[in-house]
Amino acid sequence: MTAAEPQVRHLAKNLRVDLELIAGMIAPKTRVLDIGCGEGTLIAHLFHTKACDARGIEIDMREVTQAVAHGLPVMQGNADSDLAHYPDGAFDYVVLSRTLQAVGRPREVLRQMLRIGARAVVSFPNFGHWRVRWQLLTRGRMPMTATWDRMWYETPNIHPCTIRDFFELCTAEGYAVERWLAADDAGRRAPWRRAPWLANLFGEQAVFLLRKRQ
Amino acid sequence: MEQALNPLAIAHQHVVFEDGLLLDSGTHLPRLVVAYRTYGTLNAARSNAVLVCHALTGDQYVAEEHPLTGKPGWWELLVGPGAAVDTERYFVICANVLGGCMGSSGPRSPRDDDQTQLWGTDFPAVTIRDMVRAQQRLITHLGIERLFAVIGGSMGGMQVLEWAATFPEQVFAAVPIATAAYHSAQNIAFNEVGRQAIFADPDWEGGRYWQSGRVPARGLAVARMVAHITYLSEQALTRKFGRRLRAGSSVLGPYSDVFEVESYLQHQGSSFVRRFDANAYLAITRAMDYFDLAADHGGDLAQAFAGTKTRFCLVSFSSDWLFPTSESRAIVRALNRAAANVSFVEIETDKGHDAFLLDEPDFHRTLRGFLDGCALHAGLS
Repeated sequence: MTAAEPQVRHLAKNLRVDLELIAGMIAPKTRVLDIGCGEGTLIAHLFHTKACDARGIEIDMREVTQAVAHGLPVMQGNADSDLAHYPDGAFDYVVLSRTLQAVGRPREVLRQMLRIGARAVVSFPNFGHWRVRWQLLTRGRMPMTATWDRMWYETPNIHPCTIRDFFELCTAEGYAVERWLAADDAGRRAPWRRAPWLANLFGEQAVFLLRKRQ
Repeated sequence: MEQALNPLAIAHQHVVFEDGLLLDSGTHLPRLVVAYRTYGTLNAARSNAVLVCHALTGDQYVAEEHPLTGKPGWWELLVGPGAAVDTERYFVICANVLGGCMGSSGPRSPRDDDQTQLWGTDFPAVTIRDMVRAQQRLITHLGIERLFAVIGGSMGGMQVLEWAATFPEQVFAAVPIATAAYHSAQNIAFNEVGRQAIFADPDWEGGRYWQSGRVPARGLAVARMVAHITYLSEQALTRKFGRRLRAGSSVLGPYSDVFEVESYLQHQGSSFVRRFDANAYLAITRAMDYFDLAADHGGDLAQAFAGTKTRFCLVSFSSDWLFPTSESRAIVRALNRAAANVSFVEIETDKGHDAFLLDEPDFHRTLRGFLDGCALHAGLS
């Protein structure tokens, strides 16, 4: 992974790899809200390459200031409490990148995303990856990997889930999975597109494109 | 008390609208004068105009030495060549508010029906929206159809919100700073203490002090002192003065200045009296108190911004307790409900409400970046 990573990042034009995968699911000239946008890398990319009306919400004030100082429309806010204030259907896409596992009420956040947006793009690190399972099985302790790298008592990732868990949730909530993919940390797509159980074992992260069932 | 400076002694740049202005109160002001200053050059497309709205005790001299006080412009840190609001790029306009005392129509200006008399307390009550309407007349007079940006802090921020609500098509970008969509009971209460101090000064003479040539200096100074406390934070006062005693002050007495913070406030009071008119202070604080943007739109602030295409940037300051971050956030949420394009930053500082006038690099970076981003979207080169 370490040898290939710089090359992949280069191909992704320095965009964090899952952001590149997310950007690939978003149509040009659409309205996009990026929740947990950080310094606004994705919204800048969507504006410059796809002419999207892209906006962001970020909880960390330092990153918000950085984003606004770069001319990006970003507001300080919180996924758990601020989505409720948007009207229905305000966006074509609402993006939640590697943040679902850190919010207080993931199911409610997803509901809000698909209320205020026609589609939701969700990426999250997969807790079902074989290395995570192996560590828990063999060591009997909370896994520590490149992705899950904080001790249980200080991790912000309070709601980890697996790819299979997420499919289950989508079914339970009535969300149609329009597209999905699993990838390793370097963004290389995992080749188990037709076998979710394999993706759940070998994918380090997943990206889902959802919409509400009619 | 030092002699008051006479604002009328100076010919402020101004424009006269002989048809006057219909005010929110229903009164028709027969003749409207708007004093203003501009900086930079209006481009051929007339698309680079930035209106700066001043706060309660500010005026149009935003980026140059003040002709009366000789002090630097009140926002020179932010407005000027190469500054965040770059006058080499933007055409910056700042007007003295309606009801003010630096050349625009107000209690300090001559009556329309008798030029030998001043309006005084007979000047009709004005609102923030009246101020904005007067500015809009000026903008039209200058041949500008759409402002690239409207920027202001505190009461200036109220004007920015009112601009965006009343003339949405004419505001491409709006920057309300350290402000609120209404004046809170606490804010009204502080204003009322100031007004009562002025009323209680025998030199106020029922508002007709200008006839005797006196000014209610004591009352106006106390009003300024109270207000000034609200502009600072407890941390800022502690940092600047703590419990330090005045030099040479060793006598323990209740009737003389002992603490440094006291003489600081008194200096603020007395220097304010020299440049500001007491009746204008009464008129403008009232305009702030009346301000309630949601109430003007059926009680729902989002309605004030329904369908807006304006790009907003809200800025608050962490130690500002006069216009706290929660008020800015309430505006942000209303803008979210209106699906508006909104940026929002709270700047970490211990300087209180005054921070919007001071050297706050993160704030200046934010404003510069926001305007740059908007310029890109507006097609400004």
